Amino acid sequence: MESMRFKLKIWRQKDRNSPGKMVDYEVSGISPDNSFLEMLDILNFNLIKRGEEPVAFDSDCREGICGTCGLYINGRAHGPGKGMTTCQLHMRMFKNGQTIYVEPWRAKPFPVIKDLVVDRSAFDRIMAAGGYISVDTIGNPPDADTILIPKQDADRAFDAATCIGCGACVATCKNASATLFVAAKVSHLALLPQGRLEAKRRVKNMLLQMEREGFGSCSNIGACQVECPKEISLENIARMNRELLKAILSPHSDD
Amino acid sequence: MREELKLSAVRKYLMALSGLFLCLFLVGHLVGNLQLLETSYEARLQFNSYAVFMNKSPFIKVLSLLTYASVALHAFIGLALYWKNRKVRPVRYYYNDPGASSSWYSRNMPLLGILVLGFLLFHLSDFWYSYKFGETPYMRTQDGKGVILENGHAAYGVEVREGVAYAGDMPVGRVMKDLYQEVVQTFSEPVAVFVYLLGLGALGFHLLHGFQSAFQSLGLMCGSYARLIRLFGTVFAISVPLVFALIPVYVFFRSLMGGG
Amino acid sequence: MDSRLDAKIPKGDISEKWENHKNSIRLVSPANKKKIEIIVVGSGLAGASAASSLAALGYRVKVFCFHDTPRRAHSVAAQGGINAAKNYRNDGDSVYRLFYDMIKGGDYRSREANVYRLAEVSSHIIDQCVAQGIPFAREYGGLLDTRSFGGVQVSRTFYAKGQTGQQLLLGAYSALMRQVRLGKVKLYTRREMLDLVLIDGKARGIIVRNMLTGELERHSAHAVVLATGGYGNIYFLSTNAVNSNASAAWNAHKRGAFFANPCFTQIHPTCIPASGKYQSKLTLMSESLRNDGRVWVPRRLEDAEAIREGIKSPADIPEEDRDYFLERLYPAFGNLVPRDIASRAIKRMCDAGYSIHPGGDAVFLDFHSALEHYGTLEANRLGIHSPSEETIIRLGRRVLEAKYGNVFHMYEKITGEDPLETPMKVYPASHYTMGGLWVDYNLMTTVPGLYAIGECNFSDHGANRLGASALMQGLADGYFILPYTIGDYLADDIRTGDIPTDHPAFDRAEREVRDKIERLTKNGGRTPVDYFHRELGRVMWDKCGMVRNAKGLEEAISDIRAIREEFYREAAVPKVEGLNHELEKALRLADFLELAELMCMDALHRNESCGAHFREEYQTPDGEPLRDDENYSYVAAWEYTGEDISKERLHKEPLVFEFVEVKHRSYK
Repeated sequence: MESMRFKLKIWRQKDRNSPGKMVDYEVSGISPDNSFLEMLDILNFNLIKRGEEPVAFDSDCREGICGTCGLYINGRAHGPGKGMTTCQLHMRMFKNGQTIYVEPWRAKPFPVIKDLVVDRSAFDRIMAAGGYISVDTIGNPPDADTILIPKQDADRAFDAATCIGCGACVATCKNASATLFVAAKVSHLALLPQGRLEAKRRVKNMLLQMEREGFGSCSNIGACQVECPKEISLENIARMNRELLKAILSPHSDD
Repeated sequence: MREELKLSAVRKYLMALSGLFLCLFLVGHLVGNLQLLETSYEARLQFNSYAVFMNKSPFIKVLSLLTYASVALHAFIGLALYWKNRKVRPVRYYYNDPGASSSWYSRNMPLLGILVLGFLLFHLSDFWYSYKFGETPYMRTQDGKGVILENGHAAYGVEVREGVAYAGDMPVGRVMKDLYQEVVQTFSEPVAVFVYLLGLGALGFHLLHGFQSAFQSLGLMCGSYARLIRLFGTVFAISVPLVFALIPVYVFFRSLMGGG
Repeated sequence: MDSRLDAKIPKGDISEKWENHKNSIRLVSPANKKKIEIIVVGSGLAGASAASSLAALGYRVKVFCFHDTPRRAHSVAAQGGINAAKNYRNDGDSVYRLFYDMIKGGDYRSREANVYRLAEVSSHIIDQCVAQGIPFAREYGGLLDTRSFGGVQVSRTFYAKGQTGQQLLLGAYSALMRQVRLGKVKLYTRREMLDLVLIDGKARGIIVRNMLTGELERHSAHAVVLATGGYGNIYFLSTNAVNSNASAAWNAHKRGAFFANPCFTQIHPTCIPASGKYQSKLTLMSESLRNDGRVWVPRRLEDAEAIREGIKSPADIPEEDRDYFLERLYPAFGNLVPRDIASRAIKRMCDAGYSIHPGGDAVFLDFHSALEHYGTLEANRLGIHSPSEETIIRLGRRVLEAKYGNVFHMYEKITGEDPLETPMKVYPASHYTMGGLWVDYNLMTTVPGLYAIGECNFSDHGANRLGASALMQGLADGYFILPYTIGDYLADDIRTGDIPTDHPAFDRAEREVRDKIERLTKNGGRTPVDYFHRELGRVMWDKCGMVRNAKGLEEAISDIRAIREEFYREAAVPKVEGLNHELEKALRLADFLELAELMCMDALHRNESCGAHFREEYQTPDGEPLRDDENYSYVAAWEYTGEDISKERLHKEPLVFEFVEVKHRSYK
């Protein structure tokens, strides 16, 4: 099988408070069928054998659904390729001998923990601010089919709900805005009758939390949609803007 | 104030509304300016009468106040958000390829906006200021012997002092200014034409993103509407500045050929 | 039987047991719940649903997960769906039928009462999830849609495209984050549980490693709930997430929790085959695909070889030269036989030389028939008369993409091939572990106050799990079972007060963990941890995988010991402060290396074939598993007795079937 080699320029940073820098590495013996993360595994394997410290990066499911991995590769969130996470990126998408730049997500609300690992707990706090329907576990819940939901609405809600919380939208946005992330959740729940009850409160609280976390504002550039591994559409942001408009026009501030 | 009113998304509503209002203004302004493409004395007279009307009508005054307010609001919020967003990425990417996911003009709206604003100030000082307070020539009768008053009547043998025609010591009325001539003179200067083209180019790109962005901010970009708005926005962003640009270019070439 | 293995199954008819039990167990009053703390380790479907439910009831809950956020737990990757005995399709489904399918699917190695209860609460799960806003697939009339899974003849699987697990997990995660906001749950992310702390014989706390700082932390509570998933990563290559591990459960085992049926591990038939020596994991292709995909290999060996060598393409093999072997062997269930059966059949075809994959073993999963079928139906629906072949395929593609879109995309991203153009290549891979910590009817382990829920316990799937029932079990345990049963135990703790973390038991446990870490970091080895994990995986896959035999298992045990010894001598574990992925891996592997031995011992002792446990010595003439109900109708629960794993003591919980007739399991 074909064997590839690459020049790597990787961001190394000891911890949250240390400054980081790009460090050069070379890696060879890579198969085009290796995933990008497997290529980094091989690099680390070699570094460990040489007694050097391996490059820290996060990953878990390695099939594009958990949202753990996220690297800024050759100037793009999750690298080249459409609708995929870093772990779904395969080396066949690169040219043999190519130089590859690997950096962490960069945004003030996503501080670097080490090397390529960032802290995305801000997303959890945004979710906690309203990304749910306020029901406890119900002892004897009403039958599921008592709520009819048009297929189109259910499908649209699903499309919005596929967000994996990886943070690519923030990483690629020139304003490091989390608007697409928030809009995906607001949209998912606003499209369902169960979620309508708290729609006004949800959109206000989630957006307020987003701003408190220090994310920037939306300039409708649309880079987030292009780089989103789940291809969450900008239409969700439009829907969120409508929801917010309804919320602020409401005469009751506690709606 | 309710906390949520401070959200950036709420400011974006104002950005959008003011921006769309300014788009309407552009259309109105463009329609008026099309009169400059005619060269006859009647057209010149008509244009200058139009300028008088635009200066006098209370309705237009309200509109123009709204326009100034929109410009100020639009620019102020835009720059404030820009300032805030500058701080969100303290360590920049070592290697970035933003062009892979977005257009350069959408990323550079503040810059384009500043260019447009600069152009606007230049334009105002060029025409509006000199029309109001400067040395815009008086509109003369076709035979060149008299002047035209603002009410459209011709006045012969009068003396003009500070914009007012006097027959002896009797004020007859305010004299119409020849804005048309002023425009023609300005646009015979290549530098001015160049500045205008630059400004209108910036405006075009600003609109190319801004038009649809406004609808997105207002939450109207959805489904089949989105396609329509995007299409209309593109046509608008290209055609409006293009037709505006036609005027200086046309006038410039007309002046080159010695026309008048 | 050891009294510790009393399953506490309530009296009465199977359909009344749970109701009777709920009516008779003790409760904790709302005022007292505030005084009680519960630790939940793991934030997947089971952990998140349990934590949010317990917090909603009023308990003070602490949730621990090793991820950066609870939403990453590997439940997120479940694709196909979740079963519920709703009978929405009017196809004869019922609680009893779901119960029966699971008992049979598990090859009569699960506990009747637990399985029945699971079937009973299954429909509540769908109701709860809909109330939470889970966007399940729907029909045009607005009602919920369902599909079929392996080993059943009804359509009872609810789904959200190929991302059901994700949607359910995000629902549970949202409920959890709501409780975090309300201050009723304290969330501790990037913490790995390394030990269980017992005070006076009761589970009273845990030692966790803060993965960001490297510090060891002590956390106490009145009860500890483990929802830490399975140990499928023991094979190194599996469909599990790369960080999924057995450490929490294994260390609880070492503190006294019995480990049940460790050899019952599920190998899922349809995964993307491995493609190189640095492969880090395998990707599942949902079982739901077998609703519409047909599994085949060429009928002739020379055709298989030609395909492997790239001389022929699958399209070159005419219909009559294809062997749809699952349909041929199991006409009643066809492609939808249970996983263990499909996996073994695929392995047999590949072992016989019919593999169609150049790099190794694989068979085709072909959607062409489905494209035609759905294309024609869709053309009818749209009123297109005598549509062209091209139109049919185009319409069929639209239908299939709506059903399985993301699974197809996943396949295409990994392999670079469009599965609707060329058939998918699939091969079995480690996927799920039916074995786990032994629990009683209340889901409590043999350690008082220690509960195990979800994949972490052993209780509901016997020797083989049916598709779409893992999600069901995780949520049933978390939403509808544990919140009731835990009260019965905690009723004794309303006067206990907070548990101090300066108790000598905490000192001891923390010291032991520290020693373990030190042992790994100071050996100065130069061999990366992954090397040993791959070695272990190879041994387990070859000798304790889809088929096993006594000789191989004995060899495996000595191989595992050798790897373990080399690991402690040679493994390179950098001693760095803060984030240290290599140390995390080493700690997990150290535990896998012990569990692996127990797994092989369990497989070796069980001299029968049942479900996923297939011992070559015990098979029928036509190669089907031969169960030995007389001698092995029990749960094998292993008790840790000290560092030497071979000394673990076997306890047997007899399995009594009162409500189903124990039969030979056939899908023919």
